Amino acid sequence: MNSSLQQVTSQEYKYGFVTDIESDSAPPGLSEDTIRFISAKKGEPDWLLAFRLKAYRHWLTMKEPAWANVHYEKPDFQKIVYYSAPKQKTPKYQSMAEVDPELIRTFEKLGVPLNEQKALAGVAVDVVFDSVSVTTTYKEKLSEVGIIFGSFSDAVREHPELVKKYLGSVVPFSDNFYAALNSAVFTDGSFCFIPKGVTCPMDLSTYFRINNKESGQFERTLIVAEEGASVNYLEGCTAPQFDTNQLHAAVVELVALDDASIKYSTVQNWYAGDKNGVGGIFNFVTKRGLCKGRNSKISWTQVETGSAITWKYPGCLLVGENSIGEFYSVALTNHQQQADTGTKMIHIGKNTKSTIISKGISAGNSSNSYRGLVKVMPKAEGARNFSQCDSMLIGAKCSANTFPYIEVQNKSAKVEHEATTSKIGEEQLFYFQQRGIPAEDAISMIINGFCKDVFRELPMEFAVEATKLLSLKLEGSVG
Amino acid sequence: MLSIRNLSAAINGNEVLRGINLEIKAGEVHALMGPNGSGKSTLGKVLAGHPTYKVTGGEVIFQGKDLFEMEPDERARAGVFLGFQHPIEVPGVSNASFLRLAYNKKAEAEGRDELDPLEFDDFIQEKIKVVKMDAAFLDRSLNEGFSGGEKKRNEILQMSVLEPTLAILDELDSGLDIDAMRVLGEAVNHQKSPKRALLLITHFPRILETVHPDQVHVLSSGRIVKSGGMELAMELEERGYDWLKAEAVGRG
Repeated sequence: MNSSLQQVTSQEYKYGFVTDIESDSAPPGLSEDTIRFISAKKGEPDWLLAFRLKAYRHWLTMKEPAWANVHYEKPDFQKIVYYSAPKQKTPKYQSMAEVDPELIRTFEKLGVPLNEQKALAGVAVDVVFDSVSVTTTYKEKLSEVGIIFGSFSDAVREHPELVKKYLGSVVPFSDNFYAALNSAVFTDGSFCFIPKGVTCPMDLSTYFRINNKESGQFERTLIVAEEGASVNYLEGCTAPQFDTNQLHAAVVELVALDDASIKYSTVQNWYAGDKNGVGGIFNFVTKRGLCKGRNSKISWTQVETGSAITWKYPGCLLVGENSIGEFYSVALTNHQQQADTGTKMIHIGKNTKSTIISKGISAGNSSNSYRGLVKVMPKAEGARNFSQCDSMLIGAKCSANTFPYIEVQNKSAKVEHEATTSKIGEEQLFYFQQRGIPAEDAISMIINGFCKDVFRELPMEFAVEATKLLSLKLEGSVG
Repeated sequence: MLSIRNLSAAINGNEVLRGINLEIKAGEVHALMGPNGSGKSTLGKVLAGHPTYKVTGGEVIFQGKDLFEMEPDERARAGVFLGFQHPIEVPGVSNASFLRLAYNKKAEAEGRDELDPLEFDDFIQEKIKVVKMDAAFLDRSLNEGFSGGEKKRNEILQMSVLEPTLAILDELDSGLDIDAMRVLGEAVNHQKSPKRALLLITHFPRILETVHPDQVHVLSSGRIVKSGGMELAMELEERGYDWLKAEAVGRG
């Protein structure tokens, strides 16, 4: 390894600052009382409290999963703060004028202006700070075409029938350990409903920020696209730099009815811990889409660059005939990061199709695993899957693994799996350098080439952001 | 332009070059020949700064500067070009964007204007004619799925884009059929200039019939054992390398 390969991966995390803001928090610890406290804080209806308590009681019977290829000290669930909200006079900001200027400055620093005049043109943003949604831009404008977009808590208050109908319908509370925990203690998140026949006129987005050192973030996102509706949804996340680990256990549920389409893109940049693996977010997330209707389509695109540990498998249940599930992923790990991520494509209906493109990049001492399940059920006549999983290693101390699981119960199904592992080694780098290209530019070009099939699925601004982010993350790792 | 003085180099502790002396002047074309394992390719890589080779003795002065004081990318921007024997494949990176970045890095170092993608396209369209390359190659991933001949053609294209002062072409002729060899030989001739020196590393004299070197050197066991003109290359074609090895041993 020449000296330039070592330099390209030790960029400082630029979102590591803490906002000094008074917060209204629950005491640490988890019990039925904590759950009642959260539910009361949010003024929830009884059915929702009952849902939470049922989930909690089930969670108590479950064990933390141990099958993932990650190693960490298990979180002490009694030390976590389950509710933390910036203190405010009114229960919910009615307008921007009431939002604490400190919060506005925080999000401006993060590149997410809350003021609609300054906001990204064509993107509506719901902003979640620790446990609550702070504000949502363009809410009024979207409601003119019947789109409901805003915080989960608002949706519970204003559209309880919709929330009740779809909550837990894709990820039941009993699904897994972290989904059960989330179902018991979730505090906020985004809710999005696109009515029949409506194409959402702008991209919708949620920005998640963990600020409190002791708090976990347990958000819940629910997106429903009715018949013929379509929406592009983007998710971004950052957290301050602490020397302790914070837990992020989210649940995201997507429902697409006949001819509907949902495209969900994530750029995950939670704090990853320092070079020695101290601190960082534990990112244990359950994301699933239900292609309920005929010809429906759900597409996941993720760029995973942050977190100390990532455990995440956005998947699709392909129930409707001719429905389509897609998963495009770039997962980059550096230093001591560990990622075990992939997807689940469950083919249930006839002629369902899925595509999986996964690109794993490992540098430093990190470990990066792709884990994917393609399952074709007996009635999924004519199901098709194509999977491609490529891994790239930078340096000699990192590792990459691929765990593909394929279960086919219908003879007419066609499942293809391709996998490659390559290395940015001396030879590739030397070739670029010999043409006058410095090592850092070379690595950035090689990585972007490697990820091209995924980046082209991202919305323009996100793609530019993701490209920059990968280069920054790798700065100093090549030498 | 290039003075190699008593150069020794090793890989994994094994000395591969054992005291090379070579002077190349601007405008000259030199051919470096020799059997497998004689150190020919090593010399090219050492001059270009490949990280696995360690210089163990001697010095190389390139245009008045100590070459070994410079990083590999600095050497390239200063005008050293190595045409690779086995160009590496880089998926997803288009040939055109790679070439443009390389061009612009050199332009930047020389204080010239960088070219935007449209300007570069005009520039490159002229260049590809010389190597008789299809424009479709520009949009393909760098060397990915290229045949042996296409890769070599691409190396010469890169050379004509970067316009180096010193071009070292490592076994340009290996894996080429006769027609391709002639096209590339002519493309190399096109690159001859009073300001440019060429060092051709090759096993076989055939390409030299097109390129006509001013001097031919034979390398054996890490030393230049004989130098001469084109007639030396022809003699090697007839007699092989063994007699030279014997001569070297007899002398040594």
